[in-house]
Amino acid sequence: MRPILMKGHERPLTFLKYNREGDLLFSCAKDHNPTVWFADNGERLGTYRGHNGAVWCCDVSRDSMRLITGSADQTVKLWNVQTGAQLYSFNFDSPARSVDFSVGDKLAVITTDPFMGLPSTIQVKRIARDPNEQSSESVLTIKGPQGRINRVTWGPLNKTIISAGEDAVVRVWDTETGQLLKESDKETGHQKTVTSLSKSADGSHFLTGSLDKSAKLWDARTLTLIKTYVTERPVNACAISPLLDHVVIGGGQEAVHVTTTDRRAGKFEAKFFHKILQEEIGGVKGHFGPINALAFNPDGRSFSSGGEDGYVRLHHFDPDYFNIKM
Amino acid sequence: MAVDMGKLRWGELEDDAEDLDFLLPPRVVVGPDENGVKKVIEFRFDDGGNKVRVTTTTRVRKLTRARLSKRALERRSWPKFGDAAHEDAGARLTMVSTEEILLERPRAPGSKAEEPKVAGDPLAAMGKAGAVLMVCRTCGKKGDHWTSKCPYKDLATQTDSFVDKPPGAEGAASSAGTGKGTYVPPSMRAGAERSGTEMRRRNDENSVRVTNLSEDTREPDLLELFRTFGPVTRVYVAVDQKTGVSRGFGFVNFVNREDAERAINKLNGYGYDNLILRVEWATPRPN
Repeated sequence: MRPILMKGHERPLTFLKYNREGDLLFSCAKDHNPTVWFADNGERLGTYRGHNGAVWCCDVSRDSMRLITGSADQTVKLWNVQTGAQLYSFNFDSPARSVDFSVGDKLAVITTDPFMGLPSTIQVKRIARDPNEQSSESVLTIKGPQGRINRVTWGPLNKTIISAGEDAVVRVWDTETGQLLKESDKETGHQKTVTSLSKSADGSHFLTGSLDKSAKLWDARTLTLIKTYVTERPVNACAISPLLDHVVIGGGQEAVHVTTTDRRAGKFEAKFFHKILQEEIGGVKGHFGPINALAFNPDGRSFSSGGEDGYVRLHHFDPDYFNIKM
Repeated sequence: MAVDMGKLRWGELEDDAEDLDFLLPPRVVVGPDENGVKKVIEFRFDDGGNKVRVTTTTRVRKLTRARLSKRALERRSWPKFGDAAHEDAGARLTMVSTEEILLERPRAPGSKAEEPKVAGDPLAAMGKAGAVLMVCRTCGKKGDHWTSKCPYKDLATQTDSFVDKPPGAEGAASSAGTGKGTYVPPSMRAGAERSGTEMRRRNDENSVRVTNLSEDTREPDLLELFRTFGPVTRVYVAVDQKTGVSRGFGFVNFVNREDAERAINKLNGYGYDNLILRVEWATPRPN
């Protein structure tokens, strides 16, 4: 395959997200402008201008009309996907790290970093249909986990909120009460910071990637550990194929060491693993730095990776990818 | 590309060349045929006022599963916004990689899982390869390295060649070890990394000096005696060059220091062949 290289960002990529139909790809980077691309040919459709800091995370509504972005400028902004107009800005006292729309797009969960003595929080906001009626009030605020909460997402039927972060523990919270329902075992769970979390297409299970050089597959309801994928690099990003029983894991040595080592030694490939057999299928090379973001197209026929090198690489799979035998 | 002159005279063309487009034959599109090859034939005037026929041959490819939803098709025609709205055509933000990137399989398709990985670094693969199965036939160490990678390989004399041989024959044995008949540069050959002082140091490692040996004692005898304590890498009995008679002392090198220590404790003062052995740590040569 000949990947499509998209060089719209001037700083390292942080997050990638496809819309539901898989025709748009949203990218976030440490520069201040989240960008939307056509996912088939990589053409840039537009940028969302208004943030004043690194953008860490984004999510797009099911109807592809609203975009929510969380940024280090201590705001979370709602955007009109089509025009790039800013609809609303939630202001926080600390940088926002992760955002996720609920099923139905009526709620959004946001995490904020520990900052100036403030602890990290998980906050739920109600998203109004009409942006003029939008309020900044939090429906629910959860405090407790130590360190950054790098990823947060909604569990099945919006009944739970799943969070993971620097303390390496994956937690499941009750959406109504904010109570801690389950947390991952210290022994079997991750040993270092969880950097990424990606749900399966049906939301029944999810994959977490960690700096402990492994990715783990969890059941979203029971939080039982299903599978572990071991690699020889810290994992910055992971994604589950919606089509085949594949997972893709990306990472690489820490960015500070990149200039001092060979490209091959950096292990900047995206590694494919068989989801069930936990065996490595192969690697896709190309980035000049660690991979920070990975996303599968919802049709499972292409995937994109975003790296510390500022490039988004959009890969359309060759036909023989679909008949790989293990 | 073919050039053919118009019927008009040069002078007339110079005046109002822009308005002469109506003189050109219309655009012709041929295809696309069953191979997806499409030909577009256009006519235009070049700078010199010549009529030029331009034939563009393109291949139209249907994208697999290019079914887009109605909404997605609608989004195709959305106007650009933000920085993309006034983006100059030369910006080339999106490029197709010139490099063909493959999904690199860690092993050839169809092969068994336990084969050493081609991709990935050899060190990691070495660490993973069945640790229990790995036994070095030269020094007997388990799980550390394969026989061909044995760091003590060239120190060990072949067990089956423990016969009296002229000194200097030992060197020939080491080069044969690499096998397979492929060329190995001298710097990559086993033992190449140890030269000069390094080599001597290695020889002295865990070295035990055995003195008061009987004249009849040969290297195989000594190996037989010391092997019970652990893997031995070298056995040497000093022989008088002129007379060919044993000078009554020798050296034994062990892989592990503990084994050497046990051998000293056990065999020092041990009666062997009507003499009492003296076994001690070999002291490095003063130079």
